[in-house]
Amino acid sequence: MTPLLLRHFTATSCIGLGLQPTLDSLRAQRSGLAPCAFETVTLQTHVGEVPGVDDVRLPATLKRFDCRNNRLARLGMDADGLLDEVAACVGRWGRRRVGLFLGTSTSGMLETETAYRRRDAATGALPDSLDYAGTHNSYSLAAFAQQVLGLEGPSSVVSSACSSSAKVFGSARRMIAAGLIDAALVGGVDSLCLTTLYGFHSLQLVSANPCKPFDVARDGISIGEAAAFAIIERPPVSLDPDGILLLGVGESSDAYHMSSPHPEGRGARAAMLQALETAGLTPEDVDYVNLHGTGTPSNDSAEGKAVAAVFADRPQPVPASSTKGATGHTLGAAGALEAVICALALRHGLLPGSANTQRVDPSLGFEYLRATMQRPIRRALSNSFGFGGSNCSLVLGRAG
Amino acid sequence: MSRPGAQFTTLAAYIQGVGLLGPGLADWQSGSHSLAGESAYSPGPTAIPAPAGLPPAERRRTGTTVKLALAVAHQAVAAAGIDPDRLPAVFSSSGADGFICHEICETLASTDRQVSPTRFHNSVHNAAAGYWSLATGATAVSTALCAFDASFAAGLLEALALVEVDRVPVLLSAYETPYPHPLSAKRPLPDSFGVALVLTPERGPNACARITVTLSDTEIAASRLPDDPHLEALRAAVPAARSLTLLRLLARREPGTVVLDYIGGQRVRVEVSECRQG
Repeated sequence: MTPLLLRHFTATSCIGLGLQPTLDSLRAQRSGLAPCAFETVTLQTHVGEVPGVDDVRLPATLKRFDCRNNRLARLGMDADGLLDEVAACVGRWGRRRVGLFLGTSTSGMLETETAYRRRDAATGALPDSLDYAGTHNSYSLAAFAQQVLGLEGPSSVVSSACSSSAKVFGSARRMIAAGLIDAALVGGVDSLCLTTLYGFHSLQLVSANPCKPFDVARDGISIGEAAAFAIIERPPVSLDPDGILLLGVGESSDAYHMSSPHPEGRGARAAMLQALETAGLTPEDVDYVNLHGTGTPSNDSAEGKAVAAVFADRPQPVPASSTKGATGHTLGAAGALEAVICALALRHGLLPGSANTQRVDPSLGFEYLRATMQRPIRRALSNSFGFGGSNCSLVLGRAG
Repeated sequence: MSRPGAQFTTLAAYIQGVGLLGPGLADWQSGSHSLAGESAYSPGPTAIPAPAGLPPAERRRTGTTVKLALAVAHQAVAAAGIDPDRLPAVFSSSGADGFICHEICETLASTDRQVSPTRFHNSVHNAAAGYWSLATGATAVSTALCAFDASFAAGLLEALALVEVDRVPVLLSAYETPYPHPLSAKRPLPDSFGVALVLTPERGPNACARITVTLSDTEIAASRLPDDPHLEALRAAVPAARSLTLLRLLARREPGTVVLDYIGGQRVRVEVSECRQG
């Protein structure tokens, strides 16, 4: 594929509102996970809750979008001057030539969950205040972002569980290659809600403690929330060497099970290989892998085997880590959040160490980073895998 | 070929297979006769068959939405004569399974909050994409989109971009099932409707027409079906049924143009040509 420029990017999660605090947390290997005190949840678990989401106020004209997910989206859009950068992008290409592709798994589902507690005793009706299209529906995120950003180009929401906001990079790059648009705002926003907290708990996939990806004693995920965005567009003729490029995208399906990965990581391997192939790179060209690394025994085992297989022929093992020990698993926002973490890693020469992981699973066939390292890197690969066997890998690289 | 920066880029593909299920529309074979006006259209509840290809344990777990998405996809793939196992797939719907959503919300509003694990993994928007890959062994890229009432047009653009850029056949399945009470009051959908298209970059032996698609910012309103109030009501009420104007041209084997509602002020203009006769 023709490389695309990440003209601008930002991330908001429990480790920081915007790039600088995120970078500081990654450098210090700080985890944002804390015992769950969210809403009325009584589960013994840790979550990566973003501070201040409840304090966000939407203007009266956008009231119908008011929900935790869109408040988090707004918080994320207010970081790092994203609004100005999108306006400049629209200035370069025109508002109908800038696409909008966002990922979420549960959107504003929390509104409906809590509205079900306030049903009319006689009729069972939901309260009048619940706005389905503005909050619950998956597209509400993009409809809200369009209003805030003044975008009028092609748009959709990808909701493929935990690969959602990695796959938006694929949608955007195809739309750009097909000539429908010249640039796109891509990203993901997913927020804490009861469906995911109790749902993952019912599958016995949630740890009582802060998650510890790829640890021998890993015992489940910690759920987080995040908003992360990137503006991608056709690169100019001359590039700043610090510029970050989207080099490759790989997408595959497991065809194995709805909620368990293929034990040998068959689909994960296919996604990584395809991402490298579209980038025109070999496994030796990758300097860092940001693993999906959720912290469940089976997910990490499957991904570990897939990564070991893809990078088997390298003379040096590939350095890799999951950043979910710091951020929690931000589900539909994880792909975009971790793409931004890779962009930070490339820009600042930082290989994030895995927060919380104490004893690395000795069966891994690669170099799992327990401690953060500073060294210049040129290319990074990011993995995102979800329910339904939906896999996506991205390759990002420095321009110079 | 598309030109970078062109204001009105055109995407094109051949329609190699169609799948259809809706009120009074049992499949594309019989439904196309009704749409073409060759037989009377009589509305009746949508009848959704059990999904083919899934092992019994998985089949029992599927809800109405997954069954619908898979049924139309199977029809389209069979008509196209294309092996689904390497076929990229785009699934597009304005909502996930409404009954499962309702059950989960009821459980979460109760005192025990014991969500069923199967319901939880079936509640994801990409459940249909996941079960499709289980049913067919498809390992290629598949995606699950939502664009609220524009979900059919958004899915069509996504599928056409895949065809144009990767030069491969692509399956599009767009579908919608109604919510039960009380969510139905917030999102009224009269019945289930699903449509699937197999789109190919080259003309294949089973191609029934060619479509060329353009984004249009003119003020032209979306096409309607004014001569049939039942079908027009269905088209207007169900996002996936926005496809009915296009399907009627295909059923009539008639070249022409339809305009679909899309996002904001934009429309998607679909020109149908090279219709196969007979």
